[in-house]
Amino acid sequence: MNAPQDKTAFRPAYRVIGTRPVRPDGVDKVTGKAIYGPDFVASGMLQGAILRSPHPHARIRSINTKKAEALPGVKAVITGADFPGLAALEVAVGESSGNIKHVGRNCMAHEKVLYAGHAVAAVAATSSVIAEEALALIEVDYEVLPYVLTIDEALAADAPLLHDDIFTQGLDPKPTKPSNAALRFTIGRGDPDAALKGAHTVISGTYSALPVHQGYIEPHACVASWNADGQAQIWASSQGAFMIRSLTAAILGIALADIRVTPLEIGGGFGGKTTVYLEPVAMLLSRKTGRPVRLTMSRGDVFRASGPAPGGTMDIQLGADADGTITGVVMEFKLLGGAYPGSDTHPGAMSALAHYNIANSRVTGWDVLCNMASTAAYRAPGAPQTIFPVESCIDELAMKLGIDPIDLRLKNAVKPGDVGVMGMAAGEIGYVECLEAAKAHPHYSAPLGPNQGRGVAGGTWGNYGGPSTAVVSVSEDGSVLVTTGNPDIGGSRASMAIMAAETLQIPYEKVRVTITDTSSIGYSMLTGGSRTTFATGKAVIEACEQVIATLCQRAAAMWGVDAEQTEWRDGAVYCLSGDKQGSSLTMGQIAAKAGFSGGPISAEVSLNAQGFLPAFGVHICDTEVDPETGNVSVLRYTVVQDVGTAIHPDYVEGQMQGGAAQGIGWALNEGYVFDKDGRVDNPGFLDYRMPVCSDLPMIDTVMVEKPNPAHPYGVKGVGEVPIVPPLGAVGNAVSRAIGIRMHDLPLTPDRVYAAIKARA
Amino acid sequence: MSKLLISATVNGDAQQFLCDSGATLLDALRDELGLTGSKEGCGSGDCGACTVVLDGQMVCSCLVLAAEAEGRTVNTIEGVAEGSELHPVQRKFLEKGALQCGFCTPGFIVASKALLDHNPDPSESEVRYWLAGNLCRCTGYDKIVRAVLDAAAELRQERVPA
Repeated sequence: MNAPQDKTAFRPAYRVIGTRPVRPDGVDKVTGKAIYGPDFVASGMLQGAILRSPHPHARIRSINTKKAEALPGVKAVITGADFPGLAALEVAVGESSGNIKHVGRNCMAHEKVLYAGHAVAAVAATSSVIAEEALALIEVDYEVLPYVLTIDEALAADAPLLHDDIFTQGLDPKPTKPSNAALRFTIGRGDPDAALKGAHTVISGTYSALPVHQGYIEPHACVASWNADGQAQIWASSQGAFMIRSLTAAILGIALADIRVTPLEIGGGFGGKTTVYLEPVAMLLSRKTGRPVRLTMSRGDVFRASGPAPGGTMDIQLGADADGTITGVVMEFKLLGGAYPGSDTHPGAMSALAHYNIANSRVTGWDVLCNMASTAAYRAPGAPQTIFPVESCIDELAMKLGIDPIDLRLKNAVKPGDVGVMGMAAGEIGYVECLEAAKAHPHYSAPLGPNQGRGVAGGTWGNYGGPSTAVVSVSEDGSVLVTTGNPDIGGSRASMAIMAAETLQIPYEKVRVTITDTSSIGYSMLTGGSRTTFATGKAVIEACEQVIATLCQRAAAMWGVDAEQTEWRDGAVYCLSGDKQGSSLTMGQIAAKAGFSGGPISAEVSLNAQGFLPAFGVHICDTEVDPETGNVSVLRYTVVQDVGTAIHPDYVEGQMQGGAAQGIGWALNEGYVFDKDGRVDNPGFLDYRMPVCSDLPMIDTVMVEKPNPAHPYGVKGVGEVPIVPPLGAVGNAVSRAIGIRMHDLPLTPDRVYAAIKARA
Repeated sequence: MSKLLISATVNGDAQQFLCDSGATLLDALRDELGLTGSKEGCGSGDCGACTVVLDGQMVCSCLVLAAEAEGRTVNTIEGVAEGSELHPVQRKFLEKGALQCGFCTPGFIVASKALLDHNPDPSESEVRYWLAGNLCRCTGYDKIVRAVLDAAAELRQERVPA
C-alpha cells in the first residue's frame, strides 16, 4: 500500500502536504462563533471568584468566611480546608512530571501563602458582582513573613524558607537542612577546566534575564459540574484535556473515568496552560452547591498567579583555539522557579550547548525557589535563558578572532552522527543547513547605517513524541472524519487533515477534524513539546493506513480476489488481476455497502511516538539604537529553521514568526517588576509591554526542509525552537550597534542609554 | 439595585437588554445578548480583543458602560459577514493563515474593517499603527498585516466601476 519509503524521492510527489488550504476551524474563528474557555455556559451556572493573598509570604492564622456566606446570592465558600489532604505524589502530565501536592496547593493555599496572588478562598454566587462582594467579606488573619524575590536573597544563609520539607536534590552528601534551592543538576563531559586553561582565547561573562509571562490573550477559564453520583464534567481551555483530568482527579482523589473533560477552543498557551489552576477549585464549589460553577481569571490574576517563565543568572566561560574551535565551556545558571520546584533546570542544562559539538563541557543548573507565582513551561522551557549567554559569547569570540559569526558557528555546529553529551549520536538534524541558508540570505549581506547593528544567533530544542490516539472513520458517502484528543492551538486540525488526505490520496476538503473529550477517545498527551503534528500525526497516518487496508479487503471480497490483488490509488481500490482487473471502487462505493461487507469502516490507533528529532534555528536581527534615548528599534528580522517537512507552510511560518516576536519581547521589553511589598508591579498589558504591531517589521522566514526519517512524512516539531535564538540575536545586534557587550535582559532604553553613557 | 433597560441597534437588529449600572458594554454583549465573539483579554483597554464599532467609532467595549449604548448603534464581529458571505478581511485572514489560536482574531477583524472603511489604501505602516491597540501573541503580526493589505487591495478593485 501507500506509505512512502524514500522520503527524498517521494517528496515532490506530495499532493496535499506543502499546500496552504484554509484551516477547517477557520470560519468559526473569523466570525466569532468559536467557543473559548470564558465563553461556555452551562444551565444553572454559578459565577465563582477567588480571594488571593496580598502578601508574598505569610502564614494563614485563620480564615473567617461567615459574613461572606451570609451575603444573599452566595451559595458556597471554600478554603484550603475543603481540599483533601495531599500526600506528595508524582503524576506525569506533560514535558515534566508534576508533584501533585504542589500542584494542589498552588490551586489553593494551605497554612502558608507563597506569593502575592496565591489563592486562599473561593466563592460561588448567583452573579460575578455578588461573588466579588463576598470576597471582600472574607477575613483572613495573616502572620506576614519575610520574603525572597531574587537569587541572592533566596540563597542567603539566613534566607526565609518557602518550604521546610525541600532539601536540595542532586547534592552529595544529601543535605540535612532544608533550602530554597530545590535542585542542582550537572551535565558534561571531558575536562573543561583543563580546556579553558589551555585555550587560546577565553570569553566569559555573567548574564541575566527576568521572569517573563507567556502572555496568551485568553485568561484561564473553566466550568465544572460535579454531580451527587460522583460523576463530573469540566469544560475548559487548556493544552490538554487529559492533563486537566489527570491533575484534577489526583488532587481531588476521584477516579479518572468519573471526570469527563471537554476541551474548548484555546486562546493561546505557549506552555502556560499545561497545568491546573482553577479546575479543582471549580469542582469543589460545584460539589458544595450542586450546580455548575464558572471560574475565570482576570488579567491581573493571570500575571500574579499563573506561570511565568523563570528568569535567572548565567555565568559562562567559553574557551577556543585560534581558529575558532570551541574547546571547552563551563557554565552555571540559576533559574528563579517561583513558589514550587520544577523550573526548567533540566531542559535548560541539556539545551545550552546542544547545537555545538564541544569536547569538554560542564553545565550546572540550579532550581531556586522564591515568593513569586510558580513558574510554568514557556515555549522551549529553559532553552532561551541558557542559550542566550552561549550565543553572546560566540558573538564576542567571533569579534575577537575576526571570524564571521556564521562561519564560527559552522565550525562548531553539531552534525548528524556527532555524539552528544548523553552519548547518543545525532540523527538527521539540520543546523549546518540552517547556518548555510542564513549566510546565503540577502539580509545577511545588506548594508547597515549609522547606529545600526546586525546580530546572529542559533538555537535548538529537543522536541518530543509520546502517547497519542487518533480515530479515522469513513462515512457512508466516503467523506472522512478524523478525531483526536489534542487541542488545536495553532492550526493542527489543518495539519491532521492534510496528512490524512495525503495518506488516503483524497482531497483535503473530504476530511473533517474533530477534537473530542476525554471520555470519547483514548489517551493523548497534551499539546506541547512541539509534539502534536509529529506524534498525533503519526497516529492519524497509521489509522488511515488501517482504513486503507480494510477498504482493500472489502473491495477484494466483493471482487472475489485476495487483498494482495488490489491497489489503493487516488482514493479508490483497483483490482489488479482476475476478470475484474482494471475495475475500481471508490471509498464512497465501498462505504455505502459497508453494512453488508463487515460493518462500519474505522480505525483507532494509540501509539507512543518515537524517533522525534530536535529542531534548530538561526535568526538574523538588525537593530538601530537611538543614542540619545537608548531606544532600540528592530529594523529587519529573518528566521531560518530546519522544519523537517512543512505540512502546512503557513502555520509553520506562523510558529517561526510568533516565536521570534515573543523572543524579541523577552529581549527588549518584557519582564516582571515587583514593588516594595513584593507584589507584581506590572500585572497588566499596559505596563507589561509585549510587542505590538507597530513595534515589529515583517519577519522573513526560510524553511529548511530536512525530513525526519522516523516520520512517514518527515515531520519535525517546529513550534518551540523559534523563541530560542532571539535573545542572543537581539542582544548581539544591540551590542554591535553600540559597541558594548550587553549582558542583562531586557534591553530597555534606560539600560542601553546607561551603557552608552558609562562608556562616554 | 434595579437594572437598567437599554435599547440599542446591534448588528442591524433592534435589541433590548437589562444591565447593572456598572456593567460594561462587553459584559452586556457577552452575557445578555449571547454575543461571545467579542473577547475579554484584559478588561483595561490594552489588548483590543473586545473591539467593536459604536456609532461608527472603533472602541474597546470593556471601556464603555453598557448603559452608554442606549439609542446607539453597535457593530460586533458577529455582524461583519453579510449573512454567510465572509467580508474580504475575514476571507484574507483565512487565506493568509493570519490566525493561530484565534482568540484575538475577532478584535483584529473588527479593527481592520474599521481601518479600511476609513482608509481604503493604507500603507504597511498605517496598518501597523492602526492595529497597535490589538495584541496578538501567536503570529508576530506578519501575516495579519499582509491579510489586511491584501483585503484592502481586493476591496479597492471592487470599487473600480465596471
